[in-house]
Amino acid sequence: MFGVLMATLLVTIALVGSNMDSILKQSVAFEIRQQITDNKALVENFKSPEELDSFILAQIDQRIKALGLDEPWYSPPRLGLAVYKILILDFGHATFLTSDSGSSNVKDILLEKLPRTILLFTTATVIISLLGIFIGALSGSKVNSKLDRMTSTFAVVSSSFPVWWIGMLMIFVFAFAYQIFPARATPLIPVTDPGYIGALLYHMTLPLITLVLIGFGSWAYLVRNFLIGILQEDFIMAKRAVGIPERKIIYTHALKNAAPPIVTVLALSLSGSLGGAVITEAVFDWPGMGRLYFEAISVLDLPVIIGATYVLTAFFLASIFLADILYGYFDPRVRTG
Amino acid sequence: MSLSSHEVWQEFSGNKIGLVGVGIIILLFAMSAVAAVTIPVETFKEWNNPASWITFPKSSLPAWVNYFLSEKIPEHKILKNPQTASQTVGEISVISHGFVVDYEYDSFPSDFIYEYTARYTGTPLLQISIIRPDNVELQLTSTSLPKSATETSYHELIFSTDDSVKKNLRKNAKHFAFALDQLSAEDVVFSATDTNKVLKGRYVFQVNLYSIDSQTTIEDSKFILGGKIYGLIGTDELRRDLAVGLLWGTPLALFIGISVAVGSVVIGLIYGVFAGYKGKKTDEALMRFNDVIYAMPALPLLIILAVTIGNSIFLIVGFLMIFGWVGIAKVSRSMAMQIKTLQYVEAAKIMGQKDIKVIFKHILPQLLPYTFASIAISVPAAITTEAGLSFLGLGDPTFPTWGQILHDANTFGAAARGLWWWIVPPGVMIAITGLAFVFIGNAMDTIVNPKLKR
Repeated sequence: MFGVLMATLLVTIALVGSNMDSILKQSVAFEIRQQITDNKALVENFKSPEELDSFILAQIDQRIKALGLDEPWYSPPRLGLAVYKILILDFGHATFLTSDSGSSNVKDILLEKLPRTILLFTTATVIISLLGIFIGALSGSKVNSKLDRMTSTFAVVSSSFPVWWIGMLMIFVFAFAYQIFPARATPLIPVTDPGYIGALLYHMTLPLITLVLIGFGSWAYLVRNFLIGILQEDFIMAKRAVGIPERKIIYTHALKNAAPPIVTVLALSLSGSLGGAVITEAVFDWPGMGRLYFEAISVLDLPVIIGATYVLTAFFLASIFLADILYGYFDPRVRTG
Repeated sequence: MSLSSHEVWQEFSGNKIGLVGVGIIILLFAMSAVAAVTIPVETFKEWNNPASWITFPKSSLPAWVNYFLSEKIPEHKILKNPQTASQTVGEISVISHGFVVDYEYDSFPSDFIYEYTARYTGTPLLQISIIRPDNVELQLTSTSLPKSATETSYHELIFSTDDSVKKNLRKNAKHFAFALDQLSAEDVVFSATDTNKVLKGRYVFQVNLYSIDSQTTIEDSKFILGGKIYGLIGTDELRRDLAVGLLWGTPLALFIGISVAVGSVVIGLIYGVFAGYKGKKTDEALMRFNDVIYAMPALPLLIILAVTIGNSIFLIVGFLMIFGWVGIAKVSRSMAMQIKTLQYVEAAKIMGQKDIKVIFKHILPQLLPYTFASIAISVPAAITTEAGLSFLGLGDPTFPTWGQILHDANTFGAAARGLWWWIVPPGVMIAITGLAFVFIGNAMDTIVNPKLKR
């Protein structure tokens, strides 16, 4: 588990590190050249431009050594330091990006964006799963009914549309054709305003509707398939024979037995949606982790990229772990020892 | 478990949805072929070069919207093949190009442009006039080309907004019952004489080039009548013909989808079967590595890879394969573990056949139906993921994929501005392509797993 986290981070550092180094070196060189040429008294001491040049180069070398940039990113001291800092959750300061409150500390930025992503995607997943379980149970209990066929068709069709494209269509319909919701999901009022939370929720409606619309079909389909398998088991037959009402059989007995795989998929889809957030948030301009991630990558802000990757991977692994534990809770057969 | 290809086809042809999928894919391949034949590769390489789209209209609706409108919007027309004639009167030779426009729309065009390249010596005289449906002839331009002692080629664009055109039109004020001063050239040329409303009918634009040199020619003679609708799908903010982009996106999407699916399924299959067949420590080690890849967040890493290593279309196909094979390796491992206990495999082993031969000859063929099903099912994911990457602006800029068209649409805020023809077609194409493969995959799946049948 932990190994995966570190492996992901290593890949990230490996990929971004060398580029980042060259960018940093260039900016150091530029800075020093600027400083020296601004200092008129110092410049006049040199007799020829060549002499000045060699002095500047020496200075740059010195600074690069001082910053430890002369060694490649994979040298043990630098790598060790990076891993150590990540372990104590110190992501350092962002090179370019800042949080809304102006702090450039990566931890501040992440803490500011993370709740918004969780707010949007967790709400969406909860609504999706409730809706999906309900509709799935309904259509699973009436196989080949109209509702069942509609659910299956809807599931297949909706899952082949990219979420972000539906998002664009939703913006077209609800922000252009009927001006109900705003097209950009970032509220214009400042964070400190007391009405901010209300505005945020209002701006959240459109992305939320989109996510639910795309998500619940395949959920219902999944639940239906699990349920059909279970409804054919002998113990359900026995319960029917005893005379327990059908509704009770489906919602208590059958769904409880379908729970383990459903919970697993739920946990995985929750964390999967966090990864997919990158594109969805870009469409709606939702000020969360996904958009932060994309912004960080487009300017190659290494500390932010590492921090965001860390958080995303940690969430992903945590939900896999949680799914395993919940599986054991719902299905005692897998418990050992 | 084992199925002959004949049996598979027999079952498959009984599955209507599967056949629909096959039909759609054949259609998509036909579209790719049409794209390759009708639209030269150069055109689509010029996709991101604004200069090559200058004669196209900006953000115009598709042409077929006129069927649903009572007020017909003028269509953007690019006329390339004029009726040519040439005659010689004494020592003066005349080349004339005539462009015929049937103007049946309810509002004025937005502008008109004449583009040409003349090859001449001396100073030929260029005259452009228009013969209207009411037989009024209006002269638009009368200008002599720059003097040249040797043979030169001269390229020029004459716009309806040029001052000389306006000045010439004002000379014809006697034909019109209203003042022309405030009107633009196209509002005069296409107007009825009594009121300033569109006069429908046949207009002929006549271009005459007079010169004393019989070698004079006009090349690339083009008349562009600016309208607000164009083509099958319309154009985008950068004047690009979206139909070209969509058509060329088809082979690209198929290439990406199929090569990623085939690549990752083959890798996953061999990896999984090898692990399952070898068992013990090899299996353990291979599966742990599999778990590591499985637990990595794919999209963020794909973005990092695209940004840092490169975004050529082949690289992106490779990146998508890295994350595509994991699930298939898991399933094929468990299948291989079942198959390797079968007696014929054991017999082959006892006979002393090499591991590689056992895997490729005795185990892999058993998994073929499953392989095809999973290839078909992995195609849509590959296409949507690539579209997602392109949508974020990380696609290959030299190849216009559907995702990139949507990326451009998003950058220009097409959704909030109501440019639906820019958003709907690419997404529908992505979905249709995905659906077709899902249909085939599901149909194959029911054959491979008879349990799903009910």
